[in-house]
Amino acid sequence: MKTRDNLRMALEGLAANPLRSVLTTLGVIIGVTAVIVMTALGEGASRQVTAGIEGLGSNLLIITPGRTGRRSRELGAAGSATTVTSDLLPVLERELAREGGELLRGIAPEARQVLPVRNASLSITTNVMGVTPAYLGVRGYDLKEGAFFNEEDLERRNRLAVLGKTTAEELFGEESPVGQVIRIANNRFTVIGVLAERGYSGFSHLDDLVLVPLTTAQRRLFGHNRLQSIYLEVVDSRFMDAAYDRIDRILRGYFQEEAAYSLSNQVQILETIQSTTRTFTLLLAGIASVSLLVGGIGIMNIMLVSVTERIREIGIRKALGAQGREILLQFLFEAIVLSLAGGGIGILLGLAGSRLAALFGGWPAVVSGGAILLAFAFAFGVGLFFGVYPAYKAALLPPAEALRHE
Amino acid sequence: MIRVTGLSKIYQTGRVQVAALTDVTFQIKAGEFVAIMGPSGSGKSTLMNILGCLDLPTAGSYRLAGREMSGLSHGELAEIRNRELGFIFQSFNLLPRLNAWRNVELPLVYAGLPPKERRERALALLALVGLADRAEHRPQELSGGEQQRIAIARALANRPAVILADEPTGNLDTKAGREIMKIFTALHQEGKTIVMITHDPEIAVFAGRVLYFRDGRLRRDLLTVDPATNAVLTARELIDRLHGEEEEQP
Repeated sequence: MKTRDNLRMALEGLAANPLRSVLTTLGVIIGVTAVIVMTALGEGASRQVTAGIEGLGSNLLIITPGRTGRRSRELGAAGSATTVTSDLLPVLERELAREGGELLRGIAPEARQVLPVRNASLSITTNVMGVTPAYLGVRGYDLKEGAFFNEEDLERRNRLAVLGKTTAEELFGEESPVGQVIRIANNRFTVIGVLAERGYSGFSHLDDLVLVPLTTAQRRLFGHNRLQSIYLEVVDSRFMDAAYDRIDRILRGYFQEEAAYSLSNQVQILETIQSTTRTFTLLLAGIASVSLLVGGIGIMNIMLVSVTERIREIGIRKALGAQGREILLQFLFEAIVLSLAGGGIGILLGLAGSRLAALFGGWPAVVSGGAILLAFAFAFGVGLFFGVYPAYKAALLPPAEALRHE
Repeated sequence: MIRVTGLSKIYQTGRVQVAALTDVTFQIKAGEFVAIMGPSGSGKSTLMNILGCLDLPTAGSYRLAGREMSGLSHGELAEIRNRELGFIFQSFNLLPRLNAWRNVELPLVYAGLPPKERRERALALLALVGLADRAEHRPQELSGGEQQRIAIARALANRPAVILADEPTGNLDTKAGREIMKIFTALHQEGKTIVMITHDPEIAVFAGRVLYFRDGRLRRDLLTVDPATNAVLTARELIDRLHGEEEEQP
């Protein structure tokens, strides 16, 4: 007997009970759809985070406060200690100059706090960052309009502000904010520029912020000289390791304690984030797989019912000369056809669902070929695994008994 | 063609053993048309299952066309059912989802014939039993007599040497039953070996020989032709002989 005949028998068997077949398939459809949508969302999130971090600028080293200090044991402790301050900056510059400063293109400190910002009519809360003129180049921002503050503004602690695109729109709408006055924690600042759009990074909205001169921020707004980060732009990616070693040596000399600071490069951050999102994606896929498994059990259940209902048919087929193997294949094919149909429909729904999620969720969804293949293979495996037992049961029925069955 | 020697079948239900057949011995030559009679519980269905390779005897030997059946694998038995035997059942046992020619085709499917040849042969067989115009009908759209003729066409599909029929007219009215027996007679004349269970003496006299069973034992083995006059027995005469001669036995 040919495979084609087996397949035809299976299809006829399923067609005899269309509603039941569809309902059985539904379990697999939902499972495969869930797996595809979940992995697509996970993958999309991962790519977005990666792109965001890569968008930080190409050759960055980042100094953040270490894990010592009062709040040392807290989760995400980087940045929680109070060790890194503006005092470190002249030390860095001096040491780097002494050893030959050609390694770095720029140093950009950042002091950050979430503060209320308002204009005449609106009040919002956003990230207020104290930075230096080098920040623009090191972090890869462009100006959309207006100007950025310079060294002189920094020295004089001028109350100037440059707005991120989102912040500008929230406060001023279509109107140009340049020349307008805003109040940050009740201090008057004059807006002199607006940044070009950047999008999301892994951590924050890169367009929802207000940049002010570091000195102004520390003196007038924050009341201390702590820094959350110092970004160091290395002149060439080939020198990343050399730069890392040298700066690490300087920092160790300065702090006398390794736990006081943390020096990282983008690759490390990327790896951390990617391993996190990968775990996240796997978790989502795992949860979704459970529904696929449940779908498989549904198939087994229905196939068992089907075998019981068709004992007489099995007896007739055996009396006419069907081998046990042929009966087995007939029922196994039914289970596999069910699961593969479910897999196929599930993939289509998964693609549609991913697109829909991306459309309404504001969240990119990346459906990978691998996920589709995996879901399909898994659906096939489910059909095979859960189909074998009922089919085997059918194949082993003794023909004389099966024929007697009413 | 069929040689049964010392055949026994014992069913084990829990602790109780039921002897369905006890030490049965007979022979059926090629081309014979034999009726198997007996009250219910006499073991004739059990015998039919064993002759049909649907079940195996507990003891004894069953040789079909010279080949010993006990000790064959399930697969080998399936192949014998497919090639050497044709089954006809009281309740027709057609697959309700398949139309007439697809039902007739089934043994050919399991024999591994290509689709085109299967269809041609199935249609030819339907024509043989006078149902050429019913090929696309499903069983439930047909009368009992028509259904049984489809079943006969199916039984003939792989040109088996032996036809086994279990009460083939049991679910049919007299007229349809006679139609079926006409086909049986024709098959017998073509040289098919036919073994048929029946409780109806009117039907049994179509066969040339009657094996009468009771309580799992073969009680009578007689010809339906009066050896003296060479005339075919009437049903009445057959009954008399079955019962009369049986009572003469100790």
